[in-house]
Amino acid sequence: MTGFIALVARDLRLVWRRPGDVAVVLAFFVVATVLFPLGIGPESNLLARIAAGVLWCAALFASLLSLDRLFAADYEDGTLDLLLLAPWPLELAALAKCLAHWIVTGLPLAVLAPFLGIAFGLDRPSLWALAATLFVGTPTLSLIGGLAAALTLGARRSGALLALLALPLCVPTLIFGAGAIETLAAGESFTTHLAILGALALVALATTPWAMAAALRQAGE
Amino acid sequence: MAPALLDVTDLACRRGGRQVFDRLSFVLGAGELLALTGRNGSGKTTLLRALALLVRPDAGTIRWHGAEIRAEPETWRGRLAWLGHLEGLKGDLSVRENLLVAERLRGAPPAEDRLDGALTAFDLAGLAARPVRILSAGQRRRVALARVVLSQAPLWLLDEPLNALDVPAQAAFRSALQNHLAAGGLAIAATHADLGLPAARALELGVAPSSTSPPGGGEGHETHEP
Repeated sequence: MTGFIALVARDLRLVWRRPGDVAVVLAFFVVATVLFPLGIGPESNLLARIAAGVLWCAALFASLLSLDRLFAADYEDGTLDLLLLAPWPLELAALAKCLAHWIVTGLPLAVLAPFLGIAFGLDRPSLWALAATLFVGTPTLSLIGGLAAALTLGARRSGALLALLALPLCVPTLIFGAGAIETLAAGESFTTHLAILGALALVALATTPWAMAAALRQAGE
Repeated sequence: MAPALLDVTDLACRRGGRQVFDRLSFVLGAGELLALTGRNGSGKTTLLRALALLVRPDAGTIRWHGAEIRAEPETWRGRLAWLGHLEGLKGDLSVRENLLVAERLRGAPPAEDRLDGALTAFDLAGLAARPVRILSAGQRRRVALARVVLSQAPLWLLDEPLNALDVPAQAAFRSALQNHLAAGGLAIAATHADLGLPAARALELGVAPSSTSPPGGGEGHETHEP
């Protein structure tokens, strides 16, 4: 457990030393979503209807944006070898890296999204629902993205390959995340959607660390 | 010779379709140093990585106290200190932070008290607060060596430990290595330069002329330096 906490703390500290990396991701999220109201024009009904889908897609792209460095930085400076040689499971190390990634991207995205939702004319319950679905759904994005990052480690043009691998796997999360807001707009409860998002996150939590560890060992050979 | 702690028997490794080494055997006891020599590409790094379980050997056994290390890989990893081609340091963290993080990643409790000793041993006390990114290659190497010393691991696996080190730093490394061996530790170092320790045993790895190894003979042969 010492190692797990140390790794999360190290990654957070590294981000703290270079806040620009995270700022770029969040700025991309803001700019990408704000372009839609500007491009479509002030049709508030249409905007409110597409808001959830747009914000969720933008969150997905934004979290992928920083993922190609998740393991690549450690691979290039040799610290990945130290993780491979740590006397505790590599699965936990992979999980720690994803947790740190979620804290610096998924969490801020979930906090930012409701403010951007205002630009789309979403009502107050929808804004809360948006934050809630992103809060529960973004860990899945970090985990699946982490798996794609581990698999593409050492590959050329890994960023594009990573997106190709991760995006299809993120489709269920996207559908239920955006669907939750639509359900709410139709006057129904979105707890089912939230539960399914939670279930997807748990499935990712239970499977991806092992796959990530196997991919990292392969990259270390 | 001290009783064998580390017993490597008939180790074989294939990489990219080429037999890097085959039927490699050696034993190492407490307080012994093994210097791996050989041409570029003769498999020194691969052997070190195989011993660290970073590369899966194709055949052979590696035993520690008579028990196969692959039965309990995590325990084995806890016994190793690793110095690779890459230092494994984070440029944005200071020297001190890098060493503390590396220790905690090994699952060890905070090592603040031992840290100063390791820093002083490699003349790093004045650099402790500097970010590693601004250090020279030799200074980084010294930080990585301080990490090895700090780990207190019984077996050191060192890949070209003298690389980029100036004369005083080489002396510091030798004295750290001697202390480690005197305390009953083991070390295996791949090196082109003379390690400068009279007690060193040498294992020369040869390059196979083709992808097939000659029948009936191992490629490595062990010599004792006078």
